[in-house]
Amino acid sequence: MEVLFAITIGVLVAASVYLMLSNHLLRFIFGLVLISNAANLTIFVAGRLTDGAPPLIPVGADAPVIAANALPQALVLTAIVIGFGLFAFAIVLVFRAWTSLNSLTPDEMRLAEPEETPK
Amino acid sequence: MNSVILRAGTSYLAGLLLVFSVYMMLRGHNEPGGGFIGGLTGATGFVLYAIGCSVGEARKALRVLPQTIAVWGLGIALAAGLFAAVFGDALFTGQWLFIGATEDDKGLPLSSVLVFDIGVYLVVFGSVLTLVFAMEEEI
Amino acid sequence: MADGVAHNARGNGWVGIVPVLFAAALFTYFVSLMPTIAGLEAIRFAAPWIPSLGIEFAFLVDGLSLTFALLISGIGTLVLLYSNTYLAGHPQYARFALFLTAFMVSMLGLVLADDLILLFVFWELTTFTSYMLIGFSHDSEKSRRNALQALFVTGAGGLAFLAGLIMLGAITGTSSISEILTMGEALKAHALYVPILILLLAGTFTKSAQVPFHFWLPNAMAAPTPVSAFLHSATMVKAGVYVMARMHPAMSGTDIWLWTLTIFGAVTAVFASFLSLRQTDLKQALAYTTLMALGTLTLFLGQESGYAMTAFAAFLIVHSLYKASLFLIVGCIDKSTGTRETDQLGGLARLMPVTTVAAALAAMSMAGFPPFLGFIGKELKYAGAIAVTSEPVLVAGAALLANSLMLAVAGVVAFRPFWRGTVPSTQSPKEAPWQMLAGPVILASLGALFGIYPDLLQTALIDPTVLSLTGQIEEAKELKLWAGVNIPLVLSIATFVLGLIIYAFHVQVRAVIERVFSALPNLDRGWDRFLDALKAFAKWQTNIVQNGRLSSYTYVTFLTIAAGIFLTFLYTGLPAITVDLSDVEWKHTSIALLIAAGALLTLFTNSRIAAIAALGVVGIGIALIFIVFSAPDVAITQLLVETLIVVLVAVVMLRLPLLPKMEFRLNHAVLSVAVGAAVSLILISVVSSPLDLRLTEYFEVTSWPEAYGRNIVNVILVDFRALDTFGEIAVVVIAALSAYALLRTTRKGDEK
Repeated sequence: MEVLFAITIGVLVAASVYLMLSNHLLRFIFGLVLISNAANLTIFVAGRLTDGAPPLIPVGADAPVIAANALPQALVLTAIVIGFGLFAFAIVLVFRAWTSLNSLTPDEMRLAEPEETPK
Repeated sequence: MNSVILRAGTSYLAGLLLVFSVYMMLRGHNEPGGGFIGGLTGATGFVLYAIGCSVGEARKALRVLPQTIAVWGLGIALAAGLFAAVFGDALFTGQWLFIGATEDDKGLPLSSVLVFDIGVYLVVFGSVLTLVFAMEEEI
Repeated sequence: MADGVAHNARGNGWVGIVPVLFAAALFTYFVSLMPTIAGLEAIRFAAPWIPSLGIEFAFLVDGLSLTFALLISGIGTLVLLYSNTYLAGHPQYARFALFLTAFMVSMLGLVLADDLILLFVFWELTTFTSYMLIGFSHDSEKSRRNALQALFVTGAGGLAFLAGLIMLGAITGTSSISEILTMGEALKAHALYVPILILLLAGTFTKSAQVPFHFWLPNAMAAPTPVSAFLHSATMVKAGVYVMARMHPAMSGTDIWLWTLTIFGAVTAVFASFLSLRQTDLKQALAYTTLMALGTLTLFLGQESGYAMTAFAAFLIVHSLYKASLFLIVGCIDKSTGTRETDQLGGLARLMPVTTVAAALAAMSMAGFPPFLGFIGKELKYAGAIAVTSEPVLVAGAALLANSLMLAVAGVVAFRPFWRGTVPSTQSPKEAPWQMLAGPVILASLGALFGIYPDLLQTALIDPTVLSLTGQIEEAKELKLWAGVNIPLVLSIATFVLGLIIYAFHVQVRAVIERVFSALPNLDRGWDRFLDALKAFAKWQTNIVQNGRLSSYTYVTFLTIAAGIFLTFLYTGLPAITVDLSDVEWKHTSIALLIAAGALLTLFTNSRIAAIAALGVVGIGIALIFIVFSAPDVAITQLLVETLIVVLVAVVMLRLPLLPKMEFRLNHAVLSVAVGAAVSLILISVVSSPLDLRLTEYFEVTSWPEAYGRNIVNVILVDFRALDTFGEIAVVVIAALSAYALLRTTRKGDEK
């Protein structure tokens, strides 16, 4: 079943790459959200999938008998929160770009480096 | 949004979420939960309040600037980490104190790890609210 | 005014005095070493520096290095004394003194270093300090350009030099110079001898301004005159000569060494002599005579004979003495008259008598009149030239021509301004203060003193230097004022005659030279063209590589990822994968389909609301995966974050324009599918291979007994990996504050 989700991740990545390649900042942000989801899922799947055994130690025991891999869960948990921070920053940036430059096409934003007029 | 029911409902709901978030954080060491989840839950409560009433009221209810909370949280987490150095351990080594411990029961555990988790809670709580409040207000 | 700086009577205080005392102390120390060296011994000091690489902080004092050290510290003392008055009250004198003193120390380190890497460090330090000194008048564009030119030329040579040193260290297996010098035979027989030689000479020729790398040296005269006197006549430009001399015992004696040094040296000497006569600016004229001297020294080092080596040692000392002295005199003239143009100067003898005497002494040494040291140097030069094994006629001819021209230049520089013509009415020159006269007078007098009593130099410096160069003391020839009637004497007389004729007709000769040389390609202008071309190329390639288009950056990034992964597959073969779908249940399939549907809807929709909803579907689908596969903490976090993302997107999206219609781009589609397929393939191959669970198991067994927590994920976050978590929450705070600042600042900006 890991293979099934590996293919799902492939679809997610392909969609996000296509979105990030489009010359529109809003779509770029959608791609960013999708690709960070894909990355989190990749870490999780690479640590193997275990059904119905959360990494909790039952009361009275010193260690779990069978439990899901806790390490990728810890990594993904923080990654989700940081991904949210990144997303929030990116969307604020896009919004400011829209209000000050009145464009969502990054190739049109040439304030710092104006397009060279052919001589 | 101008709805009396929503206004009345969210103020209770927000309080409930806040209490729940603290509960989620405190139980986090043994059950699902913890600082990240607690902080996000608490923030959701205030976001709801801000949507239902207004950002101004949410800020008033919070009393402190959210960014101040976030930075305090960072400071508390750091202090919890540095605390271990006082006892000569490596940084961020957990320090434990068991109140009323007996043979069978560990009593009430107090630890620098819990303080660290509280720091995490405050950081996530404060940061999310900083973002959301600013966006609601400025945009 | 001279060098475009303001002068006033105020001194520079202790900033001016301390460097002079420091340099004098160094000089005294080196003088105290003279008896040991005169006893034909060497002193070595070594301390470990990078022991793992066998690199030492090693210094060696022998005849060659002590001669250089004495010249550097001695002339350094006088130049610092001179500068303190020359630049009195200059607002940046502290900077100047710092650079000059730093240069002096670097130069001393260079000549004393007994380790290849140490040698290179000091070599580059002299390049750097020289750059700062040439560009001292940094408000002048010309000064900056010339400083940069010197830095580029010598720096490029320095890179080649470093490569040569590393190869030298690699084939000899040591970085100690004195050890390498004992391996001469093996070195010369080695296949890498020629590449090493070429690289080392590239460094020394650029540093010592041999043709065709000479053009930076006259430009370096943009520096204040004391700097020119110190760096560009007596010391830094001789660093290249020093290294050639240092390597002489190990690397000389081959045909390539002999011919390369002879040809470059001879061409530089003759070429520079002609150019020197062409100049009307005193400082420029002297700059070219320095080139001539460097060429001559290189020429000598090409040879093997004792005469050539003795001549090298003697001429090295002579040249430093008279050239530093003449530069300082030019500084005095410049300062008191405000010009350095020969045709605007005249009749200074009456008004500046001390300067006149010093100039006369130095010039006669330069021109090679008896009984000055210059005469002995010149006699030895001819003796050395005749002893040249290869082409004595060519070498002697070059020396004769160069010396005659030198004599003429000496007349133009140090005779004409004082004795001919009258003082133009616009000037009221007067004698410079004693601090500025001390240098020229002492240095010029030493030239005369050593000429009359050559024995003073013979045992103290010349013999040990020749010993360093050849390894045999018998090779050292005697310095004599009168060596009897022989070929050198005849050549000397020919030099006087020819030189005086050239001087007499120098105005006409200059016109001829002017015509000839203006027909030659101008390397200095070529340099500017080269730099312009380089900048144009940089701009051209920057416009291609960094065109400022986000779309092409993204495209290239993903293209690189895809190409990197698939080329690796091509090279190593596809990874071994096992596809096991037997345990797939309907709930797994439906979650996967849900996620895929959400992703594709986000991709194809032109509606903002639909896109947000589709993103939500993907997020919830992923949360479902976490729930199904035993990750309650992650699932809760994912759901909460999804909620907040929807809130933020909803707030922002309402203020943004509608999405444009999605255009289908075949190349983008192919690339996306390729990247997606690559990720899938890698992940499948990862899950097909066994997993190392040691870390997880460690956390599982220690979580409760040691960290008193039953939620392993939380224990990892707040206890085992708490430092990582701390870093991560710091990132969260920073992201929040940056977004906040971005929202706040710009609003204020908009309100204006």
